[in-house]
Amino acid sequence: MKLLEPGAEIDGFLIGECVHSGGMAHIYKVRYADAARQPAFPMAMKVPRMTGGDGAETIVGFEVEHRLLQVLTGQHVPRFVAAGDLARLPYLVMEYIAGEPLQQRLDRALREARRPGADEIARLCAATATAAHSMHEQDAVHLDLKPGNVLIRPDGSAVLIDFGLSWHAHYPDLLAEEMRVAVGSPPWIAPEQVVGVRGDPRSDVFAIGVMLYELATGELPFGDPQTRGGMRQRLWMDPPPPRVLQPGTPAWLQEIILRCLEPEAERRYGSAAQLAFDLAHPDQVRVTERGERTRRTSLRVHFKRWFRAAGLHYQPSPLPTVQIDRAPIVMVAVPWKDASDATLFSLRRATARSLGIRAGARLACVTVIGPGDTDATDARMSEVQVHRWQLDRLRQWAQGLDLQTHPVSFHVLESGDVADALVRYAQANGVTLMILGAATHGLKFQRLVATVPVRVAMEAPCSVMLVKQRLPFERLAATMDHVVSPL
Amino acid sequence: MWRPPNNSVMKLALLSDLHANRHALQACLADARAREASQYAFLGDLVGYGGEPGAVLDTVMEMAARGAWVVRGNHDDATLAPQAGSGRADHVGAAWTATRLSQAQRNFLAGLPLTASHDFLLLVHASAREPGRWTYVEDAQRAADSLDHAGEATHVFGGHVHEQRLFFQGLVGKTMPFEPTPGVPVPVPRHRRWLATVGSVGQPRDGRSEAMYALFDTGALTLTFLRVPYDHSAAAQAILAAGLPEANAVRLGLGR
Repeated sequence: MKLLEPGAEIDGFLIGECVHSGGMAHIYKVRYADAARQPAFPMAMKVPRMTGGDGAETIVGFEVEHRLLQVLTGQHVPRFVAAGDLARLPYLVMEYIAGEPLQQRLDRALREARRPGADEIARLCAATATAAHSMHEQDAVHLDLKPGNVLIRPDGSAVLIDFGLSWHAHYPDLLAEEMRVAVGSPPWIAPEQVVGVRGDPRSDVFAIGVMLYELATGELPFGDPQTRGGMRQRLWMDPPPPRVLQPGTPAWLQEIILRCLEPEAERRYGSAAQLAFDLAHPDQVRVTERGERTRRTSLRVHFKRWFRAAGLHYQPSPLPTVQIDRAPIVMVAVPWKDASDATLFSLRRATARSLGIRAGARLACVTVIGPGDTDATDARMSEVQVHRWQLDRLRQWAQGLDLQTHPVSFHVLESGDVADALVRYAQANGVTLMILGAATHGLKFQRLVATVPVRVAMEAPCSVMLVKQRLPFERLAATMDHVVSPL
Repeated sequence: MWRPPNNSVMKLALLSDLHANRHALQACLADARAREASQYAFLGDLVGYGGEPGAVLDTVMEMAARGAWVVRGNHDDATLAPQAGSGRADHVGAAWTATRLSQAQRNFLAGLPLTASHDFLLLVHASAREPGRWTYVEDAQRAADSLDHAGEATHVFGGHVHEQRLFFQGLVGKTMPFEPTPGVPVPVPRHRRWLATVGSVGQPRDGRSEAMYALFDTGALTLTFLRVPYDHSAAAQAILAAGLPEANAVRLGLGR
């Protein structure tokens, strides 16, 4: 399709400037010719460069993107406006997003010869992971995440674009048909996509891992392979650890990056929300040998893995919503004022139960202190001292939970409004389930007053479990797992 | 009162494998009415297994008289010529069904075609390839076979397998299966070819008891697979009251 002239009119849309001229499509700013129809947001028209000689992927990609744009909702995808008929004049009109593509940030780093700082990298990719998770929650997977397809809004949130290779559980996968090459962009494509498995949300986690690597080192972890064999390398090959290329990379960041890039989906983050969580809390990342590593994997190890990968059979991927349900973020609000031992015990029991049935769950233990609980003039009550004391309390409380298999983190929030602090924390961290005491954080007889549990239950973006202290304290000893028998 | 539409744009309710289950049929028809269905197609196996063949046939015949489309299934076939001693599922019980039907009802069954074509649609109980052999279209290979024998039709709708599935042809011609999510309108544009098994109204077999049917919007070109809860214990009671095998009754609640 040749370039459209500014001022031309197509199906009631006035063509404006061409803002992007890519290999697959042109993007124009547009507005309605009829001024009365103008929506509250600016619009863009995407016109695929399709000609008779184009491969099936272009046409199918247009069909897929049309479908996905129509059904995806939320602030992390552009709003859909209209589509032109595939046979007559294919185009898509959608919300124009004023945001900087991640690619531009990478280009700037290259120009200025300075890598973005670890905190900026974490911020950008946490926003991207949150956006991906929002798609996964709708039973869809992007499958073509790359710096050109992620726009960062001025407020720091991310918007994903270009759904031509995406997958949605509710619609036939038009791209399932064997194409000439694996479907995806070679530098960012996940190993399972290379062998034709589509629909795993952890494929998006892998792609975000590649972006993290790019941002941190300026290099692509697996290069830009042009052959199928080249793409298969990531089934067995470890990329050089980022600290080899960029010694200043913090261990926590390398830990996160290499976990995203694990060849087996099962060994990556179970959900993009869990990835976003780690990126938002660097001090809580459990750094292993993987994070400290400063040597490349030896040839011998690679050869062994290559040999194993040759016989590897990939399982069909789980449904996105099923997969992310396996890897929830469970948050428990642990009170500290006027909290009886029975309350704390009941909360721990409820938390253990909730973690127990979800092998991939991670736990965030949160407590809220008020502005009056610290005192800058008293060394024993200084903010640092109170935080340390509260963190110790949380760690003690969590003893006895199965924390070997479940990652756990501890957080002290400061706020005069406990309910508001808990709800905001749940929103910011993609929490799946919040556990709190039914009679804590408030007076239980205040029936007409919005107590903390009531407000949290009403305002929280996730499910809330209110735990009642069922057991009278005298009987607790009999139900403990490790009762000390008298001699 | 429903009347078939005059124009070519319609919402077509696709109902198959009713299996003499009056309760399930009424629930599906009520659901289709609520969704503003403007035309109805019955894709065979109106009788067999269930306890109320007469009532189900009366409903279908009345709708057919007003323009609904109906094709024949293997159970309908067997009822016309029951074979004593045959162990085939469609022959067991066919003799009982035959005794319950009026002459008019038998004539109706005898007059049903194996396939029906309407514009770009082909309706067939089993496979378009030798429809009278009642092949189960349960995988991509058999779906491709059926589509290969569907002539100019781009959309083939049938039943027989008692499960809801959609097959589609890619641009290179490969046929692929898709497991639909009930209630989601799936676009089925005409530049591809599609084959749907719409499931069973009267005897679901996928482990859930809700009746199945599908709604095809010829204007928007979307196909929506649907599940409708109905009073399956009442249908089971009707089977027991008719003196039919208890297994026929029990399976309704289990969706087997």
